[in-house]
Amino acid sequence: MAMVEKKSPARILFLILNTILMVLIAFVCFVPIWHVIMASISDPGLVDKNTGLILFPLGKVSINGYKYVLSYNNVWIGYRNTIFYVVAQCLITGVLTVVAGYILSRKRFQFRGILMGIISFTMLFNGGMIPTYMVVRDLHMLDTRWAMLIPSALNVFYIIIMRTSIQTIPDSLEESATIDGAGELTIMFKIILPLSKATFAVILLFIAVAKWNEWFPALLYLSDNSRYPLQMFLRDILIKQTDFTSSSDALDQTQLYKVLVKYCVIVVSTLPILCVYPFVQKYFVTGVMIGSVKG
Amino acid sequence: MKKNGLLAVFKRDIRRNKVLYLLSLPILIWYLIFAYRPMVGVLMAFQNFNPVKGISGSQWVGFKHFVDFFTGAFAWRTIRNTLALSLLDLIFNFPAPIIFALLLNEVKNKMFKKTVQTISYMPYFISMVVMCGIIVDFTKSGGVISTMVANLTGTTSQNLLGDAAYFRPIYIISNIWQGIGYGSIIYIAALSGVDQELYEAATIDGAGRWKQTIHITIPSISSTIIIMLILKMGTMLSVGSEKVLLLYSPAIYETSDIISTYVYRMGFENYNYGFSTAVGLFNSVVNTIFLLTTNYIAGKYSETSLF
Repeated sequence: MAMVEKKSPARILFLILNTILMVLIAFVCFVPIWHVIMASISDPGLVDKNTGLILFPLGKVSINGYKYVLSYNNVWIGYRNTIFYVVAQCLITGVLTVVAGYILSRKRFQFRGILMGIISFTMLFNGGMIPTYMVVRDLHMLDTRWAMLIPSALNVFYIIIMRTSIQTIPDSLEESATIDGAGELTIMFKIILPLSKATFAVILLFIAVAKWNEWFPALLYLSDNSRYPLQMFLRDILIKQTDFTSSSDALDQTQLYKVLVKYCVIVVSTLPILCVYPFVQKYFVTGVMIGSVKG
Repeated sequence: MKKNGLLAVFKRDIRRNKVLYLLSLPILIWYLIFAYRPMVGVLMAFQNFNPVKGISGSQWVGFKHFVDFFTGAFAWRTIRNTLALSLLDLIFNFPAPIIFALLLNEVKNKMFKKTVQTISYMPYFISMVVMCGIIVDFTKSGGVISTMVANLTGTTSQNLLGDAAYFRPIYIISNIWQGIGYGSIIYIAALSGVDQELYEAATIDGAGRWKQTIHITIPSISSTIIIMLILKMGTMLSVGSEKVLLLYSPAIYETSDIISTYVYRMGFENYNYGFSTAVGLFNSVVNTIFLLTTNYIAGKYSETSLF
């Protein structure tokens, strides 16, 4: 059945070059992260003097950099806050998105068109940074955890994806459930949601990854370290290069490991996502597809 | 009479779908507070806004802030830099995933294809802060990229982010690095939907691979390309401030200060709320016009528009 393709020399040359190019692209995508991982377990003195890519640990392999990073309180505070924000945002946005997707797909709901218009218009125009900040300020949300959750509670794209998915469910299901005496909430959570749970999972995944990586709202709305997400502490360490040690112990040993700190915090903060993404990537692919069909 | 009728319809509907109306309340309220109240808040662009007095109590100044911005020293610089980053991003970052998808499509070994694809998504999952941290590390004096650049140009290694000439290439190349794999998803999906019989027929007709690509492959993903182009064009001037804020420094404002970072600095560092809102409003309005125009043009010429 398979057609035997006769390959011309030009074609063979193309295939070889193409394969090399693909390997090269994969290498370039991967190597900066590999460099960081290898540097984090290398000898700090050698890392300090190094100017090339680190493909293998330099000098003696050690996890002292990690010991040093994990003894730093802010990393734990950041981790705890980020996990809290991720879980809370998934709950809040998850429930609201299902509710919005459900009511916006009920044909018998007369207010549907107006509500959809109100929501869609926000894709065209927004008030901007300062007016939004003023709203958060006026609500006395500044420097509270609410500021990290409520202003980001809804997202037009998630609502549209959810609504599109729910719209594919036949109306007859709802009708027969109504005859059986099921109320609105029962229909929504017991019948509609299970049938669109794949889409719902994709949305939760989008919310979780976005929240894990988020830092800008914290910069705008929070001033107290104790509520900072992990990314804000990372920003201090990686970008502003704030001194990590608060204590006055100027022991050579501690000074030495400072070089490794930035590599270790990157690994500590990014590894969970990098370990998970190969397994969930297919859901992201679905998400991109649904999002772009109806985006 | 007519209005009465409409009202009656809604009254009846509210009685019948009570729960739906109750459920829509939190969503409606959220949109009114967090999307529409800020839209009213743009009025502070026409005021000497005083946060204590609020919009109703602040002094009105008309278009003063806009005049100040356009006659000031930084209007051209920020507009130019925003335009430059947008255009460079469109020229380099838009075609990159398409070319990658086309080339990957030529790979026949499934395992190899899947592996390359999975690895290429990886940078997308790295947070903005971590990516900028890696950029800072690679381009510092003695960093991996700085050393490479120094070897190529025959100079000594220097901090590339401290040199205005390097900001744009760093910004664009790192965008490609982070987005090429993820951006290709949609094209790869479109390519997998191309009817294989078309290729077989073309082969029988004696068309080579190159001709097949030009006449079969590219036309069959062109509608996807057009939709993505509209999306991209629509967000042209809304270059996000986050990445630039993490990478820039006063020494390189000349090429890196964009409208949104300027808005951030004026608002949150200088507390010049009215002025900052005015500049932000200018940017929003231009964005909206851009989005509507591209959508109009696309709808007119290609039957593929967004709304």
